[in-house]
Amino acid sequence: MNKILLIIKREYLSRVRKKSFVIMTIVAPILMTGLMVAPILLHETSEEDAKEILVCDENELFETHFEDREDIHYQFIDEPIEKAKEVFAETEAYALVHIPRVEANNLDLLESTVKVYARKQVSLSSQNNIEYNIEKVLESIKLKEEGLTRELIDKTRSSVSLNTIILDESGDEKISSTEISMGISMASGFLIYIFIFIYGTMVMKGVMEEKSSRIVEIIISSVKPFQLMMGKIIGIALVGFTQFALWIVLTVIISSVATGLLINPADINPADITPGVEMLAQDMQVQQGGFEFVMEQLGSLNLPLILGMFLFYFVGGYLMYGSLFAAVGAAVDVETDSQQFMMPITIPLIFGIIALQTIVDNPDGPLAFWCSIIPFTSPIVMMGRIPFDPPMWQIGLSMLMLILGFIFTAWFAGRIYRVGILMYGQKVNYKTMWKWIRHH
Amino acid sequence: MKVLEVQSISKSYGDYQALNDISLSVPEGQIFGLLGPNGAGKTSLIRIINQIIAPDQGSILFEGEKLCEDHVRQIGYLPEERGLYKKMKVGEQALYLAQLKGMSEREAKKALKEWFQKFEINSWWDKKVEELSKGMAQKVQFIITVLHRPKLLIFDEPFSGFDPINANLIKDEILQLKEQGTSIIFSTHRMESVEELCDHIALIDKSKKILDGPVELIKEQYKEQIYKVDFASTQLDFLSTLPEEYHLMHKNSHKAEIQIKNGVPASTLIRHLLDKSDITAFEEKIPSINEIFIKTVQEN
Repeated sequence: MNKILLIIKREYLSRVRKKSFVIMTIVAPILMTGLMVAPILLHETSEEDAKEILVCDENELFETHFEDREDIHYQFIDEPIEKAKEVFAETEAYALVHIPRVEANNLDLLESTVKVYARKQVSLSSQNNIEYNIEKVLESIKLKEEGLTRELIDKTRSSVSLNTIILDESGDEKISSTEISMGISMASGFLIYIFIFIYGTMVMKGVMEEKSSRIVEIIISSVKPFQLMMGKIIGIALVGFTQFALWIVLTVIISSVATGLLINPADINPADITPGVEMLAQDMQVQQGGFEFVMEQLGSLNLPLILGMFLFYFVGGYLMYGSLFAAVGAAVDVETDSQQFMMPITIPLIFGIIALQTIVDNPDGPLAFWCSIIPFTSPIVMMGRIPFDPPMWQIGLSMLMLILGFIFTAWFAGRIYRVGILMYGQKVNYKTMWKWIRHH
Repeated sequence: MKVLEVQSISKSYGDYQALNDISLSVPEGQIFGLLGPNGAGKTSLIRIINQIIAPDQGSILFEGEKLCEDHVRQIGYLPEERGLYKKMKVGEQALYLAQLKGMSEREAKKALKEWFQKFEINSWWDKKVEELSKGMAQKVQFIITVLHRPKLLIFDEPFSGFDPINANLIKDEILQLKEQGTSIIFSTHRMESVEELCDHIALIDKSKKILDGPVELIKEQYKEQIYKVDFASTQLDFLSTLPEEYHLMHKNSHKAEIQIKNGVPASTLIRHLLDKSDITAFEEKIPSINEIFIKTVQEN
């Protein structure tokens, strides 16, 4: 036992002290912050020079109805299109919109005949804005023909956001939110997936280093091969926890400092942030009650259970896959040979992540059930189901299966490991591995 | 007193039999040469003694007790395939490996300082292993192997990779350790070092033991009654007409090797030769370990 602690200590310290660890730990949060802050900053700077768009409207229907936006100014030209083109060529204007003459009873033609002239490709958001303005005018005209006004239409428009409430057996009411459950579910599934991959690969490389530097025989004359393997897996897990914890802390610190320094909150207009962020912003608007509302919904979830389960599947999944990665490292001499043995490890992991996307839509279906019981996918999939309150017996079964799965892979990997680490210069395939498991 | 007793050990890997009913006794305080051609099963046997792999059959006694995990501390092992963590510092690494053997940190540090002093390599303590030459790294490995003062040392091809000067240094250290009472198992292909070092040898070939015993005794057994004679004259024509109980093996200008058959005493040969020419030297030819090795392996 004392020896396994020594191994854990060495594996942990030798990695945490590495320059690459320190650099990764610092650079990753900066990159994360950059990814979050850059779009906002870029948007801000691009706003500074507003675009001027010329409009040549041969119907004289639109002039007063085009709405300028902060970054787009419309200017109407009362000239025939040929002349307007000359004007466009002389000025610095961004684009020229040509609305051709159509008969008053045939306005629908405009849906496909409007042209935009520009010096280079027109940005998507300007295109959308021009389309929006034309559509609005056409709609108003049509409404008027039917005897309705725009105000009346606006008054009848409504926006619904559901407040789902969970009624439990004792009659207590809890406000729930599918969006938040889905968010937690996807995020924790992904974290587990990433953790297994990064640190599983680290285990594999560590084993290969010991094998190729030929130190392994010296070590296993003092400790059992299984102790060395488990010591390494646990040591690297601790490296992973340290790195994740530092990443979270540093990301929070750096991003709050960065937002404070670089972005003036008054400048952020959620409606016209780039499309990716737009969806989030809309989600936030749906949660009209704001922060307190979100907190209330979080409260409706069984947070201690979610957190506890997350830790269990995080550690369990890593341990199960970690021993398989160690076995691969022991079986090969050079990294390029590891590819063929990585396949059976990566496929269930990737399958788990793909399945997770459909499972959040149907968290109690048969796919969800089986994927959360089979230990190769359960760390990702069961964690994805937890926020949707799966039956207790399924959670229990899944946990039990994961523990059994870990014992099995540790045994299985241990047998490959103790033979593999002493085999040099042998071309290993699945058949030889099977021999090792049976005969040694 | 036997430090190690190997009792009918067998081991196979699938269809391949690596060791077939091997029994050996390693006497205390002696150097025991474990010889055999490549693939004979030496490394398998050494790994079984180090509890790296388990035998299919048979047992091993260490100082009369059944070999178990507690004996790890009593054994030092320098494998043939050996290396160190390249990125780790020499001192730190030596401390780690010593602690894995069961030494306390303090004890290990003290012993290490002594050895570093002795080999005059104090300045290496904070160097990374990748900065050392191959020979330097081998020295560090040797120190790590003997550091915890084991009762039994096992060296598998200890001199491979050493230049002659360092090989000599290590050989002297091995002899000193023997004088201090350490028992040593020494596995090698280099017969001249066996000749110099070993008190006792065992020869393994094709997974079986084919020869075992003290070096003197084995040499005695393999003597073929061949005598080396130096003559005073160079007129040696009489050698071609020797009586039939003598057989001329080899001759040059004034030397010859003659084998005696049918157990005729050597004195008879001397008398016969003195009649023909003066003799300046007469000695029995003792077979070298190398000759014995080749002969027995070929006969097997």
